[in-house]
Amino acid sequence: MIVAQRKPFDEIMDMLKGYKKVLNVGCGTCVAVCLAGGEKEVTVLNTELDMARKLKDDPIEIDGITIERQCDREYLAELDAKVDAYEAVVSMACGVGVQFLAERFPQIPVFPMVDTSGLAANQAVGWYEERCRSCNQCVLGMTGGICPVTMCAKGLYNGPCGGTNQGSCEINMDQPCAWYMIYERLERQGRLDNILELHKPVEWLDQTPRTLIQPGYKKIDPEDMV
Amino acid sequence: MKSGSNLEKVLKAGHFAFTGELGPPRGTDAEEVRKKAAFLKGNVDSVNITDNQTAMVRMASWAASLLIMQEGLEPNYQMVCRDRNRLAMQADILGAYALGIRNMLCLSGDHQQFGDHPSAKGVFDIDSMQLIYMVKKMRDESKFLGGGDIEEPPQMFIGAAANPFAEPFEWRVHRLAKKINAGVDFIQTQCIYNMDKFREWIKRANDMGLTEKVYILAGVTPMKSIGMAKYMKAKVPGMDVPDEIIKRLQGAEKGKVAAEGIKIACEQIEEFKELQGVAGVHLMAIEWEHKVPEIAELAKVLPRPVME
Repeated sequence: MIVAQRKPFDEIMDMLKGYKKVLNVGCGTCVAVCLAGGEKEVTVLNTELDMARKLKDDPIEIDGITIERQCDREYLAELDAKVDAYEAVVSMACGVGVQFLAERFPQIPVFPMVDTSGLAANQAVGWYEERCRSCNQCVLGMTGGICPVTMCAKGLYNGPCGGTNQGSCEINMDQPCAWYMIYERLERQGRLDNILELHKPVEWLDQTPRTLIQPGYKKIDPEDMV
Repeated sequence: MKSGSNLEKVLKAGHFAFTGELGPPRGTDAEEVRKKAAFLKGNVDSVNITDNQTAMVRMASWAASLLIMQEGLEPNYQMVCRDRNRLAMQADILGAYALGIRNMLCLSGDHQQFGDHPSAKGVFDIDSMQLIYMVKKMRDESKFLGGGDIEEPPQMFIGAAANPFAEPFEWRVHRLAKKINAGVDFIQTQCIYNMDKFREWIKRANDMGLTEKVYILAGVTPMKSIGMAKYMKAKVPGMDVPDEIIKRLQGAEKGKVAAEGIKIACEQIEEFKELQGVAGVHLMAIEWEHKVPEIAELAKVLPRPVME
């Protein structure tokens, strides 16, 4: 899933300087699961903002609503009748949700309340580890299910580099060397031939905004959508 | 001849090569480069010019390479993948060749977190293996990586590094083979202290026929002090310093630790001269350039051959 964490409170206070009536929109999907921007986090942030602004003698009227997904028009529609009553909208969704919200309500300033950090796995409650950089050309089949783009600090396709350090990465002994792990796993599976040949320079596919249309579907004008 | 560089000629003629290293300054003082170069002149066949080594900003490697050329030395232009993408790299390679640079060392580069700009964006558009492939393609096919034709392609003698010690040890020779297949002409190894492990590595390289396809220069760095040895053992990733080396330095008389370090290095060089598969030595006397004449003398690698 997409993981994010709430922005530092001072930064949030700074963004909302001068706004007196604000709507905080949570997202019920990824950021709710990773405890950053769901219904509960909307309530907590609103309470903190309310108290902090009162202490500054500059009260803010802040309401909260959490929709199922901010990256989906179907769910954004329920905000249509609400937002015009506010000077600004803040979003606790990932960067995708924030942009989709801002795109739907271009007349109103929209501010992000979280920093989106990536695509991660849930190791335990509150503990997430990045596993994918969405490079658009997955090599996990070749590398034994360990991503060199994400897990190697240099993103090397022909590792390990000279900095591999007894199974750890040169940047930090706590960070395993991705290519050490790749070697070990492929060796165990008898598939080392996968990495004996040079992996030629990568033709990066993540250099421009990407649009994806699944087979059997086509792009349609948003105006024509319900 | 691929490049006609002095280093290539020395190796091709079967001489035991001896190369040095020079780190450019963290400033614009050309005199500092010239001073260091003076200690190396006549004592080595080619001088590696490091490229933002340890991820610290320094004078550009190509610029310091030109400075030492003006002093009559031959540079081995180091290029790391951390700081530039394939466009910048190819542009620099063209420029370097146009200005007379004939040797290149293709490296990944230390991670930017180590240096003085730890939050810089690391490029790593291509890796060291792919850089070798790219330089070879430019030289042998007169093609840019993107496929376009190069007029007057750069004829570089292509080098790379190898670490015979890092785990998994079994993988080390395969990684060397991969670099050879990518197109490398010569290898300079990580600093060697664990001779047993190095002998095993070179034996495996010999057995696989790799040493017939590439010139291997054994990396040597004399220990200046016990502190340096301990630091390298504990702190430098990929470095293998056996306890015996530290013990030997500790056993040296007061004020003679550095001399003992040089003695160890010279003993290593003597062995490398006889070791099958080793074509020369790369001496990395880090911030110790003024000792190079003495080390070259003691290691009996002088005079250096003068090639036509």
